[in-house]
Amino acid sequence: MNLNPLRDPQDRRLPRIAGPCGLVIFGVTGDLSRRKVMPAIYDLANRGLLPPGFSLVGFARRDWADQDFEQIVHDSVKAHARTEFREEVWRQLADGFRFVPGDFDDDAAFDALRRTIMELDDTRGTGGNHAFYLAIPPAFFGSVVGQLKKHGLADPGPGSWRRVVIEKPFGHDLESARELNHIVDEVFPSGTVFRIDHYLGKETVQNILAMRFANNLFEPVWNSHYVDHVQITMAEDIGIGGRAGYYDGIGAARDVIQNHLLQLLALVAMEDPIAFDAESLRTEKAKVLESVSLPRRLDLATARGQYVAGWAGGEKVIGFLEEEGIEQSSTTETYAAIKLGVQTRRWAGVPFYLRTGKRLGRRVTEVAVVFKRAPHLPFSATATEELTQNALVIRVQPDEGMTIRFGAKVPGTTMEIRDVNMDFAYGGSFTESSPEAYERLILDVLLGDPPLFPRHEEVELSWQILDPVLDHWARKGRPEPYESGTWGPASADAMLARDGRVWRRP
Amino acid sequence: MIELIDTNSSQIAAEFVRARIRAGSPAMGMVMTLIIVTDEASAHDALDAAKYASHEHPARLLGVILRDPRGPSQVNAQVGMGQGFTGEVAVMRLKGEVVRHCESVVLPLLLPDSPVVAWWPTDAPEDPATDPLGRLAQRRITDAAAATKGKTTALATQCASYAKGNTDLAWTRITPWRALLAAALDQQPLRITHGCVEAERISPSADLLAAWLEDRLHVKVDRRVSAGPGITEVTLDTREGPIGLHREDGKLATLTSPGRPDRPVALKRREVPELLAEELRRLDEDNIYAAAVRRLMKTGADR
Repeated sequence: MNLNPLRDPQDRRLPRIAGPCGLVIFGVTGDLSRRKVMPAIYDLANRGLLPPGFSLVGFARRDWADQDFEQIVHDSVKAHARTEFREEVWRQLADGFRFVPGDFDDDAAFDALRRTIMELDDTRGTGGNHAFYLAIPPAFFGSVVGQLKKHGLADPGPGSWRRVVIEKPFGHDLESARELNHIVDEVFPSGTVFRIDHYLGKETVQNILAMRFANNLFEPVWNSHYVDHVQITMAEDIGIGGRAGYYDGIGAARDVIQNHLLQLLALVAMEDPIAFDAESLRTEKAKVLESVSLPRRLDLATARGQYVAGWAGGEKVIGFLEEEGIEQSSTTETYAAIKLGVQTRRWAGVPFYLRTGKRLGRRVTEVAVVFKRAPHLPFSATATEELTQNALVIRVQPDEGMTIRFGAKVPGTTMEIRDVNMDFAYGGSFTESSPEAYERLILDVLLGDPPLFPRHEEVELSWQILDPVLDHWARKGRPEPYESGTWGPASADAMLARDGRVWRRP
Repeated sequence: MIELIDTNSSQIAAEFVRARIRAGSPAMGMVMTLIIVTDEASAHDALDAAKYASHEHPARLLGVILRDPRGPSQVNAQVGMGQGFTGEVAVMRLKGEVVRHCESVVLPLLLPDSPVVAWWPTDAPEDPATDPLGRLAQRRITDAAAATKGKTTALATQCASYAKGNTDLAWTRITPWRALLAAALDQQPLRITHGCVEAERISPSADLLAAWLEDRLHVKVDRRVSAGPGITEVTLDTREGPIGLHREDGKLATLTSPGRPDRPVALKRREVPELLAEELRRLDEDNIYAAAVRRLMKTGADR
């Protein structure tokens, strides 16, 4: 029911502004907060999407006053915000900054947090609506969530809300994911838990849905009659950098395949949702994830690797085992590739190849839908020698857009057909003005709009798919080394060669 | 930019293709044609604004500068693409008899099958929808506040000739005000008994804002004069006390509402490039604007 006379569904200029609310960040000193969360909050304010009175509370084990916290936010905004720095926007925001020092098991600190929040409700009009952003390692979720409950911070008063935002990794296997979900769900009802997978906030990822379900052109060929296979790639050119503590023991499959790549697979493979709302989208995504199957011979259908020293992009780089903080005996994989099937009528027999890795040729994330060759070619064999398979490539990052690859005649007197690309770019400079994924997701948290957040069932289903692979690898010793700056280990190429296919060079 | 002297549409179109090949045939991701009807003095700023907007909406920009319609016809053009923006641009200077037939120059240059927008950065025709260039477009953007002559009546003129697809940047300017007022009422759904909009003496935006509030709230909304800049205050009276949005410096406003603490909100006066980018986001008819225009015509007639 719409009681506000100033609102009208036809008035599409008016942006969705979140209602009065505040955000509490745990782990404000971390990379995630400083590089992503705080700049995104400033950008939202700059675009006029935050409510007047919006408040930001920092919680960390630092002996800081509100001003010190303000300085930290200021520096992070200056360094990483997407939009220009404006004094008046800053003043609107800075009024609502508070800092609460303390440990995660410190009762006094959480009591101070409760008083701070009440003070904000009074002086800033946040109305009892607060979101808790846990930008901290999952090991601490339990104590923080427990403290929130203990100090009455998790219970919204009448007519207000409390939400919790968590970041990947959502566990390291099915069991730990269940445990984590259990810890959080015990305190926060499932509708108030927002799991951030920042890939889902990206324009291109949302555009997969637009492309598939708003057009009539692609859907008829979006099935096993026409599609030969699908390759989903997320490659990074960097090494693990200073993240040894996080990365060692986690590895590429848990870090990327479990969340980003399986979510991309779900969006590409799912059936039409009955509506574009959270419930329908999640239902369809869950159906796909449930129908995903692993090949019987995991040794033939998976590959993993570890980068070794080499030259990447003109720079000499060290290998994974030489990175600071990594044990010589580490079997953590930095490259992972798996072959999956989707057991539905639409996809039966179409393999989905997922791969991810660090220190690969270049930074790229893409979904390539590779089509079957035309059943009959009325040309001579020499004419079509250079023609491969048609492909539709969704480029997620960088250079967001879409490429269609098809054959065209080479100019000249002879009939010769060769692959050409047709590109749709979101525009060279367009990406600058398109909002960061975090902006979109944080705004959705404040609005309570969940379509772009994976539900805990999806998280558990993803682990269910990945667990047998991880177990298999754990029994099989060391990952195969691959030279930095290349496209991964030889076993990954062999894995596709067995099926008579090759990896695209993305 | 390539200069074409005494040229015509097909040569300009051919130059577009050549420019594209010179630039290495980048993808043609253009989503619309934007016709900018301007004079020599404001052409530069208008094109810059359009290039900014094309970051969000890659477009073929057709600048049309109409000069003296007497004497022999001549079309001169500068054609280019891609330097610092997405899309293509042609600036055409028309003089002589062809000025009266300027649409014949523009028509062959419209992108196939995609929307056409016409924008008059300063003085607009009295009836944009029947203007020869305006007729080519489904969206016509005027700017009553930028009129160089007849400033006081510019908005009334546009309102009188309102047709589907017309909008005025004076309306675009008040989107943030409207958003904040709507958000204030979201938070406190109070019944409004009376309203007031305070702004500079000549402020088409303030007139539209008052009209919109009257139309939506069905109460009397007064229009008061202040020293500016732009709109300085909006007050909505309720039985519990006033909801107010007050801005003195054109940058930072204060939101007051009954029983709540005063809160600062950034409310910067936006520049034309940003306004144009917002305007191009929706290319269908703006029904809410139409309703505000009707209301403004009615109160104008009453006064």
